Amino acid sequence: MNPVGVVTQVNGREIARSVPARMTLVEFLRDELGLTGTKVSCELQVCGVCTVLVDRKPVSSCAFLAVDIDGREVTTIEGVASDGKLHPIQQAFIDHFALQCGFCTPGFVMMAVALLEEVPQPTPEQVVSYLEGNICRCTGYRSILEAVLDAADRLERASP
Amino acid sequence: MTAPPSTTLTDHVTGTVNGIGESTVRPDGIPKLQGSFAYASDLETEGMLWAATVRSPHPHARIVDIDPGPALAIGGVHAVLTAEDVPGRLLFGLEHPDQPVLASDVVRYWGEPVAIVAAEDPETARIAAAAVTVEYVVLDPLVDPEEADTRDEVFRRIRIRRGDQDVRGSVVVEGVYEVGMQDQAPLGTEAGLAIPDGEGGVDLYATTQYVHADHSQIVASLDLTAEMVRSHPTGIGGAFGAREDVNLHIHLCMLALYTRRPVKQVYQRSESFTGHVHRHPARLRYRHEADEDGRLVRVEADVLIDGGAYASTTSAVLGNACYFAVGPYKCDNVNVDGVGVRTNNPPCGAMRGFGAVQVCFAHEAQMDRLAAALDMDPLELRRRNALATGDALATTGQRIDTPLPTREVIDSLVAMPMPEDDDSEDPLRLPGGTGLTTERRDVRRGVGYAFGIKNLGFSEGSDDYAQARVLLSPQGAIVETAAIEVGQGLVTVVGQIARSALGIGNVEVRHIDTSRIGSAGSTSASRQTQLTGGAVLAAATALRDRVLTEFAGEYLDDDGVWRDGELVVPYAELASGGWEETTTFRHPPTEEPDENGQGTLHADFAVAGHRAIVDVDVGLGLVRVVRIDTAQDVGKALNPESVRGQIEGGILQGVGLAMMEELIVEGGVIRNPTFTDYLLPTVLDAPDVEALLIEQEGSWGPHGAKGVGEPPTISSTAAVAAAIREATGLALPRVPIRPEHVALEGGV
Repeated sequence: MNPVGVVTQVNGREIARSVPARMTLVEFLRDELGLTGTKVSCELQVCGVCTVLVDRKPVSSCAFLAVDIDGREVTTIEGVASDGKLHPIQQAFIDHFALQCGFCTPGFVMMAVALLEEVPQPTPEQVVSYLEGNICRCTGYRSILEAVLDAADRLERASP
Repeated sequence: MTAPPSTTLTDHVTGTVNGIGESTVRPDGIPKLQGSFAYASDLETEGMLWAATVRSPHPHARIVDIDPGPALAIGGVHAVLTAEDVPGRLLFGLEHPDQPVLASDVVRYWGEPVAIVAAEDPETARIAAAAVTVEYVVLDPLVDPEEADTRDEVFRRIRIRRGDQDVRGSVVVEGVYEVGMQDQAPLGTEAGLAIPDGEGGVDLYATTQYVHADHSQIVASLDLTAEMVRSHPTGIGGAFGAREDVNLHIHLCMLALYTRRPVKQVYQRSESFTGHVHRHPARLRYRHEADEDGRLVRVEADVLIDGGAYASTTSAVLGNACYFAVGPYKCDNVNVDGVGVRTNNPPCGAMRGFGAVQVCFAHEAQMDRLAAALDMDPLELRRRNALATGDALATTGQRIDTPLPTREVIDSLVAMPMPEDDDSEDPLRLPGGTGLTTERRDVRRGVGYAFGIKNLGFSEGSDDYAQARVLLSPQGAIVETAAIEVGQGLVTVVGQIARSALGIGNVEVRHIDTSRIGSAGSTSASRQTQLTGGAVLAAATALRDRVLTEFAGEYLDDDGVWRDGELVVPYAELASGGWEETTTFRHPPTEEPDENGQGTLHADFAVAGHRAIVDVDVGLGLVRVVRIDTAQDVGKALNPESVRGQIEGGILQGVGLAMMEELIVEGGVIRNPTFTDYLLPTVLDAPDVEALLIEQEGSWGPHGAKGVGEPPTISSTAAVAAAIREATGLALPRVPIRPEHVALEGGV
């Protein structure tokens, strides 16, 4: 139970904390930092709800230790919008009715951010294979796929 | 830190007036997408303790002794409470109180709460819960529903006798069908925060579908006056029926009042699976008799559903199962015997479709069997028997006086274009997917149809109503309601209704607590758009009319009251005038059934149909649902994209029941209470969906709208099963249909 020092960047902000060695990343984000936008659902790394980015790669924060973010950058749903303006992925989710209860939404958005960074113009099959680990119980997924594909187009149009 | 829960939950969007039928976006979309929307599990406040539940490890046992000592000896533990500490009524229940807040002498299901703990942090609370020593004498559990029926362990029996019981048909088909126990599996688990008010009362912010029903049960068990308990709406991560019943609500209030500290709890996933009710598993015996032309002349059904250990809503679920046992078809001679039994299995209650799902799986399999026996096209058989406005419901004899476009649903579904044959070897398009198990040459395609009907709103003589308030404030028009938004989009629709009635675009929806407004009823039975939507329309219309009468105005908008093209009262003046209107909306009255199950039991109905197209690897039993087409009777689609969202999501839950979703209960014990073992459809399982909205206005809902939440889940399961039957030639009398049911049966 000895605390371990962690120095990290969360959504661009420098954070230094001592945390229990067995604290999960999602506990760190929600309980230590108050970043409750990241949700917990299955606790077993199978539903994708708690997805965040560590060094810009998606991880399930329920199955990732807080000590392992030492020296790395974390991005959560709270860090996706910038300058008070929604990220094109977020705007596309609204425009395509790609959320209902919204509990899975932060995880899907984070996964989509990672996908479009890696593959700016994905095929529908690539979107499916990237999102297959994220469960949505409300929508049936079609609207989410359309939102991600539309966001890719919006990002391409916006880039110089 | 998170905003304190005293902040009112609000949803605000400025939209177009006269926007009925437009797909306005969700007012809560932006906060949900930014992570700032506060769900129950996100709430916190100063000095908060955490709760944990001690649950029975036995499905049936006598409690000999509970020793809280070892738990109380742990540092940071503030309370261990048992049944003796329940200040008021020990029992709670949605329909009638039969379930202990905490078990006192006997536990009747696996996971039943026995004690509750409050501690400084969640980990200490869970350690303390494990340290509470409970001594049990294990008793034999009653887990076979048929045996429970024989022993007359029942919550309700229903007997329907309609028509001439001596009339017989020349073509007869019989079948026995089974439906497994599905779980709602909302992604947000049960969560809540109870805050003592310092004067002996308490404020509760917890996951729910129905704050006023929670409130009355909390008040009874705490032995407090109604004014001393306030149940507040909060952010909800899905529901689908799982949140109609009380679970942690009374526990948290007890702990908060005892410790005089705010107390929070968030169920972990495995506790969620034991902490809420499930869809009733069912055994259904059917006999259909028709004449040579395929007209149904007699339908017999025996409906057995397992209610588990406590009543919950079993009586109403059984009602639906029996009253919709024939489906959307005419038949003059009907004989239905239904029973909801009491066992030591997990309690079952509400889940989307509520009894209509189970019987639809059976009556649609029967209609296909009957068509085969008649050598008739199964769709032609359904057309010949299609129930329409003016007809009598086959079971209850109720004359249907709202639009019921069964025939239109059938015809328009059949007319939808079929997908082309698929010869792709892309694994994403093959059964088994990226497991790379299947080759196209082993795949058989099947097509199946199914049609279902269900009531909208509460039935059988319930006084079903919703109250809403509309007022003009400096911030714009405000709609106040206690109706629970669980994700379905009620907030969007009531905003549209209010804007259109008032003429004011700037409308905010406020979800307020039980002390500040009357009940909106439950977010269930597909009822809130019709009931709360109806109340908002009536309140907004009355408010506008009073304002216009007062100032002899012609119309109202965001600028104020207008007459002859001139602004006669600026909005700011109106906003300080205390203008408000509170309305209670009721649907047409219903009555209780007579001794033969006859009567006007329902206020409205909706019908829907599904066509499933599946690809099956018959050798391996793997199935891919390629596409589902649907036609649904919606009355009037107030927000077509929201309706489509309900349809697509509801269909996927129906596909889940058809293919994979089942709680495995052995000897009363749930064997798979995790998302690794209770499988939910992912994007890889999701079929393409094409939806046709059948609009026939004339229902009593606002602008003729009908509820749309449940019909997508009713016949989609049956359609997938029919399609797999067509591909394999197997009988497949049970859902979910798993690979072994196909592969080991050696289909065609």
